[in-house]
Amino acid sequence: MYGWTGNILHIDLTKKSSRVESPGLNVLNRYVGGKGFGGKFLRQCATLPWDHPDMVICIFTGPLTGTISPTSGRAHILSKSPLTGLVGDSSVGGKLATRLKRAGWDGIVIKGESRTPLGITIKDDSIEFKDARGLWGLDINAVHEKIRPGTSSILAIGPAAENGVRFASITVDRHFAAGRSGLGLCLARKKIKYILVDGTGRTKIKDHEKLKQAREDILRLTAASPALMGQFGFTCLGTGAVYDLMDNRRMMPTDNFRRTFFEHAPGLNAAAYAKTYAPKKHGCLGCHILCKKIGKKNGKKITMPEFETMSHFTALIGCMDTDLVIKANERCNHFGMDTISVASTLACRREITGIDYTKESLLSLLNDIAFGRGEGKDLALGAKLYAEKMGKPEAAMAVKGLELPAYDPRGALGMALGYALSTRGGCHLRAYPISHEIFRKPVATNRFSFSGKARIIKIAEDLNTVVDSLIACKFTFFAAGLEEYAMAYEAVTGIETSAQDLLLKGERIYYNERIINALNNFDARDDDLPDRFFTKPGSGTNNINIPPVNRDAFLSARKKYYSIRGLTTNGLPEKDKAESLGLIWNNL
Amino acid sequence: MEQLVNKYARKLVQTKLGSDSGPSQPLVGGLDDKLVWNRNADEIKLLEDVFKGLNINSLIFLRPVEPYGSLIGFLAENALKSNGLIQPEDCETRTFLHDLPVINKFDPDRIIRVLKKRKSVIIAPGNTNGSSQGPAILAHGTVSPEQGFVTISSVCFAGFIKFFTDYLKALREKTATAAAHDLFDKILPYVKPIQKTLPEFTPSPFPDEETVYLAIIEAGKKVIEYELVDSYFGNVSYFWNKTLYISQTGSSLDELSGCIDPVPVDGSTSAGLTASSELTAHLATVLRTGCKAILHGHPKFSVILSMDCDPGRKAFCHFKEQCHIKCPEKRFAGATPIIPGEVGTGPTGLCQTLPLALSRADSAIVYGHGLFTIGKENFFDAFCTMLEVENFSRDSYFKKVLYLKKN
Ligand code: SF4
Ligand SMILES: [Zn+2]
Repeated sequence: MYGWTGNILHIDLTKKSSRVESPGLNVLNRYVGGKGFGGKFLRQCATLPWDHPDMVICIFTGPLTGTISPTSGRAHILSKSPLTGLVGDSSVGGKLATRLKRAGWDGIVIKGESRTPLGITIKDDSIEFKDARGLWGLDINAVHEKIRPGTSSILAIGPAAENGVRFASITVDRHFAAGRSGLGLCLARKKIKYILVDGTGRTKIKDHEKLKQAREDILRLTAASPALMGQFGFTCLGTGAVYDLMDNRRMMPTDNFRRTFFEHAPGLNAAAYAKTYAPKKHGCLGCHILCKKIGKKNGKKITMPEFETMSHFTALIGCMDTDLVIKANERCNHFGMDTISVASTLACRREITGIDYTKESLLSLLNDIAFGRGEGKDLALGAKLYAEKMGKPEAAMAVKGLELPAYDPRGALGMALGYALSTRGGCHLRAYPISHEIFRKPVATNRFSFSGKARIIKIAEDLNTVVDSLIACKFTFFAAGLEEYAMAYEAVTGIETSAQDLLLKGERIYYNERIINALNNFDARDDDLPDRFFTKPGSGTNNINIPPVNRDAFLSARKKYYSIRGLTTNGLPEKDKAESLGLIWNNL
Repeated sequence: MEQLVNKYARKLVQTKLGSDSGPSQPLVGGLDDKLVWNRNADEIKLLEDVFKGLNINSLIFLRPVEPYGSLIGFLAENALKSNGLIQPEDCETRTFLHDLPVINKFDPDRIIRVLKKRKSVIIAPGNTNGSSQGPAILAHGTVSPEQGFVTISSVCFAGFIKFFTDYLKALREKTATAAAHDLFDKILPYVKPIQKTLPEFTPSPFPDEETVYLAIIEAGKKVIEYELVDSYFGNVSYFWNKTLYISQTGSSLDELSGCIDPVPVDGSTSAGLTASSELTAHLATVLRTGCKAILHGHPKFSVILSMDCDPGRKAFCHFKEQCHIKCPEKRFAGATPIIPGEVGTGPTGLCQTLPLALSRADSAIVYGHGLFTIGKENFFDAFCTMLEVENFSRDSYFKKVLYLKKN
């Protein structure tokens, strides 16, 4: 078999056993990998609560993993989200996917629960359960020091997950976070402290020459992309490069989305960090873009914050100290917490209590959240539940319980629609409209108009879904397209395909997610934005007007989306559509 | 959507690829929840089937006007005799579109099959159904009809470049066919030199930032008006007050208002993230040469001439498969150096070659791609140079052809 290893590892923690499933080529080609396979297995237990022992955690690679296909080094993790109750998933970098594939696995599906903390070691086809009682309570760094993974990839959770933080993350290879949806808590529930993976196999490739050609095409396109490879692009400055742009476009969420402009932004941008921390390029295994930045200060290596962290730990919560951002970021990484959710919850607290943060108070709150102490216990619930508890639900800037990232939707209406409709809640990556609304790729669209956006969002969701299944990194798609990746897929697997065939696979996988969410009682009421965006303007200038989102226009675009996606007017999946996509319907 | 559909139909006419009456009227369809067209046409029925078979939001159908109609038709027929693909010669089309598939029938199923993989499909002449005569190009988009517009514009540009490049090569190799000779004669009237009177430009020095923006917008418009750029847009910049003002990536030079990024040289902001992919080359050029204005266009004969290499010499060149990035020869079009380099900032990017070349001459042609010109203080100089180089290249091309034909 080419591309896939053909083997999925099922682990039952209750029985401490494992078994191998070898789906045929048809199944593999249908679900592709990553998000596709995750959704397949989640659907089988869709209505179980997230913390039920039979709930699955899926960690998948894709057919392109372990090949020279650019940016194929990412893994996809999926379960039901403890934060939102929706499909909970996250793409993650580092070496994990490559090592897992080389160990001979397209993916792992974990079920059951352990009574005591454990680690799982996967070395090719040898699977061992290790006692991890001694590691429980340790932060990510300490776990690394103890395990010393060497060339293996290690995925681990920190104290935040152990202490029930709803937005606990999983950290891979020290610097890479599966941040969103609270997947760390899913692992903690099953008492998994870490998973260590190494392997010696190779991905078999059908047509090396063709793959080389596809790779060259993709590299040429990324080289032509200012956002990726330009001197201000991700390769030089990391995702933090976006900071100035959001400032400039007046869409930087400030004071918990009460404003969209932060006057201190110019001194807190990527250039400011570059001056102080002289960051070096780092990234997912096999990537040529290397958007991750590792800095240095006083001889100490520092994981540089991503754009969302830079923005939310300054403008959103009213802080203006790069050193604080670095420290907060470091702390979140060590404790294993999603920086977007945590900052947004803190911004919500600031709005409700009216109390500003000092460096000390902020850092100490981060500790309290991670260790479930005092007020931290409530904050650990995430913005939505916290705000409800405080009697101010309108102060939670979240969609379906997932806190919003650092693009104000009033400044980009495709983003408004994308946030509202995303199957994992307030997420910018499902449809990634920033690509055309801000980066002008593949062409620019009018960011202040809903015109055409319903279908654009639908197609982009299909695209990004299949990208998370192949797997490739979404950033590449600022430059390359499925046209080039279809060629890579053909070259690797030997299966004829096209950009449009891949989109169709994406559509099927995404519709399945809508079904899973519908099975959990989500409908049109949830596909919405916080009221603030419809009633309050952003902070415009003489040239840039940032009015509130027009509610009627929003609802009309959402209605169009439902019809284009094949959903009812209430946002629910339909039998005919599901079956036309080849999805099972029986348990609805 | 109506607005976009009409806008790009109009742009195809403005850029002289389509016409506003007759068979070359563009047909543009856009789909959000409902499908809208810029006009009524017989082809719509079949094109609706194409929409149904693809996950797209826009489609453009165009039977290009002359000379593009004949050129594309000729190349399409030749392609059908071999592997069904037109292989473009120019670098940008190769980067963004790879190859250009051709089919011989206006048939939705076959169109769908091609468009599933590629951004465009060419329907060869003579075989379109019913009233539809002449070759046609179809291109789609998933975000905006602009994608189809860009693609069609690139296909026409690529077709033009390919025909004239191949023809010269065939003359040198003595393999030109009768059909190629005929076509050359037929389209000759359409390829006149650019003889318009020189336009006026805002005089420098520019007193304030506002004027800098206006001067850039004006320069961009002129480059389009004089047909010095097709397809992938070109770029324009001006250096003022320690800041490079440069057109944004994927911006259309006739619509630069609101699409100019200020990039301070001290690197204190990364707002240049959306600037043209040639930002680095522009910055390095102003710093190295002290010039203020830079224009970049894709004038056709400069591009064609840049790829003209003596077959005898080429046969022995180590880099003959990689001319666009590795050409080792010192080549010139008149006084203008022809240099290798690809789009962007890679190790073989033109930011490595262009600044040096422009420190020695006020213009440089990038192999198979386009022309950069500089002005010490203002756009007027850069513009005149661009025009001169293109007219010179056109003349040299025809001189070469004439000479080869005689001998
Ligand atoms: S661009 Fe960044 S996130 Fe994407 S694969 Fe490369 S290093 Fe990883
Ligand atoms: Zn160019």
